[in-house]
Amino acid sequence: MRIAVLSGKGGTGKTLVSVNLAAVAGQSSYIDCDVEEPNGYLFFKPERVESEEISIRIPLVDETLCNGCRICVEFCKFNALAYINDKLLIFDEVCHSCRGCVLFCPEKALGERNKVIGSIEKGVSENVAVATGILNIGEASGIPIIKKLLHDMPPGSSFIDCPPGSACIVMESIKDADYCILVAEPTLFGVHNLNMVHELVELFGKPHGVLLNKCLEGENPAEKYCLDKGIKILGRISFDRELGTINSDARIAVRENAKYRDLFASLLRVVSEEVQRETALDS
Amino acid sequence: MKQLLILSGKGGTGKTTVASAFIKLARARVYADCDVDAPNLHLVMAQHSEPKRTDYYGMPRAEIDPELCIECDLCRQYCCFEAVTANGGYKVDYYACEGCGVCEAICPVEAVSLKPAAAGELMLYRNDAVFSTAQLKMGSGTSGLLVTEVKKQMSSAIVDTDLTIIDGSPGIGCPVIASLSGVDMVLIVAEPSVSGISDMERIIKTAAIFQVSTAVCINKYDINQSNTEKIEAFCQEQRLPLAGLIPFDTAAVAAINNGQTIVDMACLAGNAVKDVFSKTMSILFNENV
Amino acid sequence: MKIAIPVDDNTLDTRVCISFGRAPYFLIYDTESKEGGFQENSAANSPGGAGIKAAQTVVDSRVGALLTPRCGENAAEVMNAANIKIYKTINDSIRDNVTAFNEGNLELLTDIHPGLHGGK
Repeated sequence: MRIAVLSGKGGTGKTLVSVNLAAVAGQSSYIDCDVEEPNGYLFFKPERVESEEISIRIPLVDETLCNGCRICVEFCKFNALAYINDKLLIFDEVCHSCRGCVLFCPEKALGERNKVIGSIEKGVSENVAVATGILNIGEASGIPIIKKLLHDMPPGSSFIDCPPGSACIVMESIKDADYCILVAEPTLFGVHNLNMVHELVELFGKPHGVLLNKCLEGENPAEKYCLDKGIKILGRISFDRELGTINSDARIAVRENAKYRDLFASLLRVVSEEVQRETALDS
Repeated sequence: MKQLLILSGKGGTGKTTVASAFIKLARARVYADCDVDAPNLHLVMAQHSEPKRTDYYGMPRAEIDPELCIECDLCRQYCCFEAVTANGGYKVDYYACEGCGVCEAICPVEAVSLKPAAAGELMLYRNDAVFSTAQLKMGSGTSGLLVTEVKKQMSSAIVDTDLTIIDGSPGIGCPVIASLSGVDMVLIVAEPSVSGISDMERIIKTAAIFQVSTAVCINKYDINQSNTEKIEAFCQEQRLPLAGLIPFDTAAVAAINNGQTIVDMACLAGNAVKDVFSKTMSILFNENV
Repeated sequence: MKIAIPVDDNTLDTRVCISFGRAPYFLIYDTESKEGGFQENSAANSPGGAGIKAAQTVVDSRVGALLTPRCGENAAEVMNAANIKIYKTINDSIRDNVTAFNEGNLELLTDIHPGLHGGK
């Protein structure tokens, strides 16, 4: 069972939810796809960490073969190439690795080389396998790192901590998920962004439910939105200072306090039932 | 004219809450929302007229004409983004396509062509004030260009003002860098959590590369006093001015849910943000502070 | 010497454009013959890599100097490879900047900003 945890905006509690679900699930894996700002490892503090570099393929020119025809420069839709003073300049960080220049060079002057854009760190924290994707500062796209993270995903229960928003990087993160948990805040901002991410999971036909976080007394616009749209509400986490403190200290609530262990265990039960129901519907 | 940009690194720290309060307090006549992924400022800045809307085009996307396609499979084999599928006729997955044009060039019968694709929409409101904002479409790439367009649209409206306020986007990526260009000062809204501190340090490094002067305020500071002290110590060590502390306040949530800013009603957070505002203004307009 | 300046328009009363890569036109001006013309910038609407493509256009116009208020690191790298010097404009007036350049009063642009690596 692969569960993706996402939200339209940052700071709604995506990491809180995915970290604690993984920690309460027993044998499981936690996969941090928020490669621009990975935070889950700050909570798990994994041990026996092994790091693996992630590379992309970018063009490399053989200057002895290049005759300056500029076909590659004209072709590149990303403007990653320039031909200056009888030399081809290649701008790595603008390149999208489409291989067009390599394919269409009439002189076969272009080959490829690897370029490191980030890394994946894998470790363990009690019985949770923790995998973190990290994009190097200054790199444009973390998608290759996410692809590799999901490719290496172990079988069994996995919890995928997605990047915020509803851009293409989020689509990549939920591609293989069996179920999506949308974490929403009880504010007008929260509803606006929940709407966006809800459209996204609908578009991909992913079964999903909403977890209402930081609930306060009084009206909850996010709850109202779910009721209006007929979206399954998986549970509610009330705003409480104790949980806020534990979480802001990057400690794992379910490992410290029976109250939160019960809370996340029952959430996990609800989610598992939903996943089973959806799989039953599918077959 | 001075430009103030409000950033956070981590999402959800209260960037828009602070930005909207500042806009009210400054009676700003020009402001913008550069968080094109998840714009929220319009929710608390009620506008009574429709904006001028302009489509924003990102990279084009490939399309296969089924009439011309001979199913040679070349486009599928050569696409590096696995964007071409062959089930029930050859098709391009709109969301996977990056618009590189390899399929168009490799097709022997010119069945594939790149078509312009609207990746978002720009909106310009002209009421009591000029408000420039945009919304990126779902599944589009993050785009510095759209942020640049939002700022361009804002500057195109010539208004006599000495202060513009810009709500930025989270992260440290290209939209943030695009929003940084040309600003006089960055105010970072930090949050006293381990994750928030880690992200704040990354955004401060990014702003330093652009040599933009930076100040920090701490939102929900009372959620975790010891982390608040860590941020204060960090600012002192880095010689970053601290513009003040804002407490966690459920009344702030109520204000936002009413479509108001936190200075529209009497509350603790609203009072605190007034001090942050005056401190920020004195830093912005008087280099010696 | 031929020089290039990013401009907002292709008319005689045009001003210096604040962006290099996304300027709609470049004014190509010969300081000796005092003749000038406009070169369209095909990179103006590029979602990504605009600076590189714009720089290629400027280099291909065989200028010896570029006068601009701002320049990204990729465009600057192209200019350096072509041995074209980049000067910082003093205001948005074409005339003021050309005069200042002729009198040797323009400073080299040193605050090259990191690229805005766009795209996906």
